[in-house]
Amino acid sequence: MKFEYLIEGGDFIRAGHASSDIKKILNQLNLDPAIVRRIAVSMYEAEVNVVAHAFRGVMKVNINPERILVLVEDEGPGIPDIAQAMQEGYSTASDKVREMGFGAGMGLSNMKKNTDILDIHSAINRGTVVKMTTFTKSGAS
Amino acid sequence: MSSAFHHALKIEEEVCTGCTHCIQACPTEALRVKGGKARLIAERCVDCGECMRVCPVNAIKVEEDDFTKILDFEHRVAIVPSVFIGQFARNIATRKIYSGMLEEGFTHVYEAEHGSGILIDLINKYLADHPGTRPVISSFCPAIVRLIQVRFPSLVGNLMPFKAPLDLAAISFRKKLTEQEIPEKNVGVFYITPCAAKIAAVKSPVGEETSPFNGVINMNTLYSKVFSVIKREEKSFCIVPEKEQLLPEEMEWTLTGGEARHIHGRCLSIDGISNAIEFLERLENGTLGNFDFLEMRACDKSCAGGILSSTNRFLVSERLHKRAEQYYIDKGNGKIFNNKTITLYKDYVIANASLHDIEPRSIMKLDEDMVLAMKKMQKIQKIKGYLPGIDCAACGAPGCRALAEDVVQGRARTSDCVFVAIKVKGGETMSQVAEYTEEIWGRNRFKNMLPE
Ligand SMILES: Nc1ncnc2c1ncn2[C@@H]1O[C@H](COP(=O)(O)OP(=O)(O)OP(=O)(O)O)[C@@H](O)[C@H]1O
Ligand SMILES: [Mg+2]
Repeated sequence: MKFEYLIEGGDFIRAGHASSDIKKILNQLNLDPAIVRRIAVSMYEAEVNVVAHAFRGVMKVNINPERILVLVEDEGPGIPDIAQAMQEGYSTASDKVREMGFGAGMGLSNMKKNTDILDIHSAINRGTVVKMTTFTKSGAS
Repeated sequence: MSSAFHHALKIEEEVCTGCTHCIQACPTEALRVKGGKARLIAERCVDCGECMRVCPVNAIKVEEDDFTKILDFEHRVAIVPSVFIGQFARNIATRKIYSGMLEEGFTHVYEAEHGSGILIDLINKYLADHPGTRPVISSFCPAIVRLIQVRFPSLVGNLMPFKAPLDLAAISFRKKLTEQEIPEKNVGVFYITPCAAKIAAVKSPVGEETSPFNGVINMNTLYSKVFSVIKREEKSFCIVPEKEQLLPEEMEWTLTGGEARHIHGRCLSIDGISNAIEFLERLENGTLGNFDFLEMRACDKSCAGGILSSTNRFLVSERLHKRAEQYYIDKGNGKIFNNKTITLYKDYVIANASLHDIEPRSIMKLDEDMVLAMKKMQKIQKIKGYLPGIDCAACGAPGCRALAEDVVQGRARTSDCVFVAIKVKGGETMSQVAEYTEEIWGRNRFKNMLPE
């Protein structure tokens, strides 16, 4: 099953819409509640990163009985040093983003913690692709 | 699934006119109309009572134990919540209210909130010992506990694993009597309940094997009894033994904020079931921010707004706040008698205060099997596409998505939607359409619609 959501840069009001929708779907599919929660958290962080740091993006979710795949592709500045960005507390968030309550530099590490496989590719001034894979049976990873 | 869930809310068939108020008010979509009557889907209902509030003909009743059941016991203990006192005007002394209760047949009256001090310490200690569990959600309100079980299964681990003060009060009082060599079987402990959820919780407890109560008496029933006794005997009333009083913070425990204000860290108090749902959604999505403790009560104004309250919820809270203030005045005048009985049994109460794991039981899953659930979801998506999306509830389900789900689960037909029946199923005759609608809304529903 495939789902797709558009994400607008700067639109903090709608941020979280995609992850909340997917959470409902996964609950209906009888996925382990603990896994649903991990996916919801990591999707939300990825969504907010597009809103906070990029211009626009698309979130594609592909669900099959073995794994949930979330692909977030954005058009934006890209991440120059991914290893550095992954560090807890590292953030380049603007004052405006901080005013919205984001920018603690915890998003990427939260995503890492809550997905089985996190894959990030980025091209400067083009955009970023975040791929998150979570297996439906804990231990299958 | 067999219905192991006891429900205190009952629909009176003879009274129900089969309108759509309750089905659209239910936060768990537990109601449908069939055969012209509202029907309850047992495993979905959390006994919050929202249906009862909106029913225009009073067809939804709260089941109760026959009052005379208390007479089965030689010692008849009423565990009474402070909101019961709040039913009465402030110029009616607490002792007078209790005397009315004794006159009605109880032998002992003990306030439900005496255990709250012990509970506060337990919760604060639990928070300190479990820094990884955040936020901890109060398990005080049984409708909230059930709501989390069925709609937010991923959050059951956040529920605090302790019984409510009323249970602790019952446990300690029972202990006190049995210590006086009174056989256990002669002691009947009854909770005076302001809500339906507590009745269900006593009859089929969540997270505990047995309930410390022998039965439940509805607060509005007792209120009318006691009120008439008080009115009848303006001057003389039976003697109530000198007894300990509730502390002001205990008096206010069941009101909004009564719990959260004693808990360390960042806390929020949320009342009203739709507000609770909004917060639980955000919590599940990870967008709530950092909180240590959430007090959540299903009723607006917490227990003061319980469906079995006879007095307006704003008045009940105001009266209780005023009575709490009175405590300090009485204390200044040396009129306070305060040897807390429960502190004598503190260790025993603490040993019996824990709840077992609270199990999730999702009502959202379409099938146990994920592959089948995916197939069903695709079908639901497809059927939803045919439906008009106006959520009129004329099909007997609370909305178009619910109907699509019912169709896929074999509980309804797409043509239960009048618009589908008329428009899409063009081949069928209008009398066929009329027959479908009569199956949902009853044979007699439409007979007056056409002039003779
Ligand atoms: N989609 C993206 N496009 C461009 N830069 C990004 C993107 N996602 C993350 N970054 C960069 O990586 C840094 C760290 O991201 P992370 O999500 O960990 O923290 P944050 O978004 O700054 O703060 P928080 O997530 O705690 O609100 C960001 O400050 C930003 O510089
Ligand atoms: Mg971020």
